[in-house]
Amino acid sequence: MHFRIEQRPEPSARMRVAAPIVATALTLLVGSIVFAALGHSPLATLHAFFIAPLSSMNGLSEWLLKASPLILIACGLAVGFRANVWNIGAEGQLIIGAIAASGVGLFYPSPESVLLLPLMFVAGALAGMGWAAIPAFLRARMNTNEILVTLMLTYIAVLLLSWLVHGPWRDPAGFNYPQTALLPPAAMFEPFDYAYRLNGSVFITVVAVVAMWLFTDRSFLGYKMSVSGAAPLAARYAGFRESAAVWTGLLAGGAAAGMAGMAEAAGPLGQLSPQISPGYGFAAIIVAFIGRLNAFGIVLGGLLMSLLFLGGDSVQMTLGLPSALTRIFQGILLFFLLAADFFIFYRIRPLREHA
Amino acid sequence: MTPRLELRNICKTYPGVVANDDISMLIAPGEIHAVLGENGAGKSTLMKIIYGAAQADSGTIHCDGKLVETHNPASSRALGIEMVYQHFALFESVTVVENIALSVSSTFHLESLAVKITELSQRYGMPIDPYRRVHDLSVGERQRVEIVRCLLQAPKLLILDEPTSVLTPQAVVKLFETLRQLAAEGCSILYISHKLDEVQELCDSATVLRNGRVTGTARPRESTSVELARMMVGSDLPEMRLEPATPSPEPVLEVRNLSASPKDRYGVGLKDVSFCVHGGEIVGLAGVSGNGQAELISLLSGERLHAQADTIRINGQPVGRLDAAGRRRIGTAFVPEERLGRGAVPPHALWENGILTGHRTGLVRNGLVNRPKARDFARAIIDRFNVKANGPGASAQSLSGGNLQKFIVGREIELAPKLFLVSQPTWGVDVGAAAFLRQTLIDLSRAGAAVLVVSEELDELFEICDRLLVICQGQVSAPLRTAETDREEVGLLMTRLGGQDGDKRSGELALQD
Repeated sequence: MHFRIEQRPEPSARMRVAAPIVATALTLLVGSIVFAALGHSPLATLHAFFIAPLSSMNGLSEWLLKASPLILIACGLAVGFRANVWNIGAEGQLIIGAIAASGVGLFYPSPESVLLLPLMFVAGALAGMGWAAIPAFLRARMNTNEILVTLMLTYIAVLLLSWLVHGPWRDPAGFNYPQTALLPPAAMFEPFDYAYRLNGSVFITVVAVVAMWLFTDRSFLGYKMSVSGAAPLAARYAGFRESAAVWTGLLAGGAAAGMAGMAEAAGPLGQLSPQISPGYGFAAIIVAFIGRLNAFGIVLGGLLMSLLFLGGDSVQMTLGLPSALTRIFQGILLFFLLAADFFIFYRIRPLREHA
Repeated sequence: MTPRLELRNICKTYPGVVANDDISMLIAPGEIHAVLGENGAGKSTLMKIIYGAAQADSGTIHCDGKLVETHNPASSRALGIEMVYQHFALFESVTVVENIALSVSSTFHLESLAVKITELSQRYGMPIDPYRRVHDLSVGERQRVEIVRCLLQAPKLLILDEPTSVLTPQAVVKLFETLRQLAAEGCSILYISHKLDEVQELCDSATVLRNGRVTGTARPRESTSVELARMMVGSDLPEMRLEPATPSPEPVLEVRNLSASPKDRYGVGLKDVSFCVHGGEIVGLAGVSGNGQAELISLLSGERLHAQADTIRINGQPVGRLDAAGRRRIGTAFVPEERLGRGAVPPHALWENGILTGHRTGLVRNGLVNRPKARDFARAIIDRFNVKANGPGASAQSLSGGNLQKFIVGREIELAPKLFLVSQPTWGVDVGAAAFLRQTLIDLSRAGAAVLVVSEELDELFEICDRLLVICQGQVSAPLRTAETDREEVGLLMTRLGGQDGDKRSGELALQD
């Protein structure tokens, strides 16, 4: 028996809906096998992974708190991804956004000002855009590969943050810990309830999701970007500038990551330290693809990814499973999702036997 | 006499289409048999079934009286069936003999194979140097390589799929001599084409297909082209209405001393090109593909810019440095040769593809796309140009080539252009739709637009153009009045324009794709 992979005449609508469901089911199945191999009951582990984190108010608050930056960044990145502009340096743009916002928060002359938070927001967004403008300029002018440039700039951002918190910005009253002073209260988002950490920064994400939907689905600029992504020669034929797509894509991603960095600094963190992000900038790439580069898909993808983060912590604490498990889970999920995606456009057909 | 090949009741369906419906035919040894039909009539599917590249759902194939049971390209070749595809399958970077060695199943000995290639190619009057690299060969020469490759197997049946679509008139004459010689030696030839005059000149008999069925058999030499066309199309073709042109006093498009480097290493540079196109006339650009047409058209459309703005003028305005959007803004519309990926975005719906260039007609307001209007725009094109599609929501890649072409031409015409650039307007379009598209071009020009048509089909150019230019090795001839020239003159210019480097292959330059 031979099999042949062939393109479907029309993408399958049924598979489009089924792909994420099938992928999730297979991820759970393979995950169970992994748990069983590690000597844990799959059901108990899955419960600890997916149910336990969401069965308390604090759990729900943490869930949304972690989903928010993922969704925000993924929305920004997806704008570029749709035009084949591959910004994989959102982590660096997030860090630069957090640095700029914290800088304003720490050194603004009147720490009581109600303008402080908005100023930090603008600083974070602009700094993220500025960091992303470097690869945009290099790609638009010199045709460098933005994948490499954005990734390398991430390392620079990490080291810059490390230098600041070990050096000039280190809190003099901080017992030599590599961290800045705490931000003043006016520079922080107030939590909805002081028992939990969830705060008003989630509204930034809500606005970003709507803006992203409007941009990609309804705007002419978004249309041009999708043409650039799907058929660069057609974009050139119609006279859409490639450089416009590059700039828009990278600046959108940079702005979103910068805002997320600001929201982290002014939210759950309250100060800078060498490690300010558990990899939101990279995980958001996965979120963007799980969400099919579509605003509402990204919301679901972000919620799922956030749950994987929480579940990973949960099984670590309750069952003593290794932290690498979270990564493995993310990897398995992405693998099955992309594999299932394949069947939207292709099918496998058995070939009749012949000598 | 036992027929060389006999097909009995061949049926083949693909999802959604019946490609072949109960097809039977007989081919005698030494016969040149035409399979005539429009694009999409089922010719290619039938050939694939004969060659074994596809399997029939039902029906039988008999070769020299014996039933062919298991069937695939390898077993076909064992039976002596060889096929020359429309698109050649050659490796560009290696030599002729190396290419042929790859497909010859016998022992791998390059020197002796090269000798055989030289002998065979001389004998059939299509000399070819076995040690030349394929990327240096003209299209005609590449075709010779493919044919020689088949001849090495001493075939009993040779299938040729639209072999003349890339050849100059002179090269076609050569090819026909070779084919006649082959047939005289007993090899049967299956000749697939939609060109009636060629079939009438070359073939002993013809099977005509329409919508997957046999609609008739004929002796082409004894039938008129009107009879054959009626079998192919199912109805009489409309007569072209061609009123005399009344060119505008000032040219709409003026190209002066345009030179440009090739776009890549297989491209052709332009040398000192000058010509004008006036409003109200159609000017044709003839030439074997790969002689600089791609460079010229992308410079005219603005997809490629030129450092000197005044080498190209549209309505007197220097536009060499204006990009495609800028040129569209001043009334240019353009239909490119590649439909999928250049003229249309393959996965996008037709209404989205309408916006691609139609956005200037009020489909975008305040930076937002007006979807209902975009759908209406696409629907109007579908209706007016009779595009067979599943409504404005159908994706561009779901359409057949001809229907997508109608949509793209329709979209560009809806823009009411002052300057209309068209590359290969009727490639892959069926005869009826081609006639309609040509009439549309004529009407557009008679309404005052300047139309430049780039085509490899001389018949088409002679049918609709007022003046002809010929491009060869990046040089463009002085304009010829269509009424005062003929195919011979144009054919010679297509190969000899380059002049100086005088060897036999002068004009037949390498094709870049």
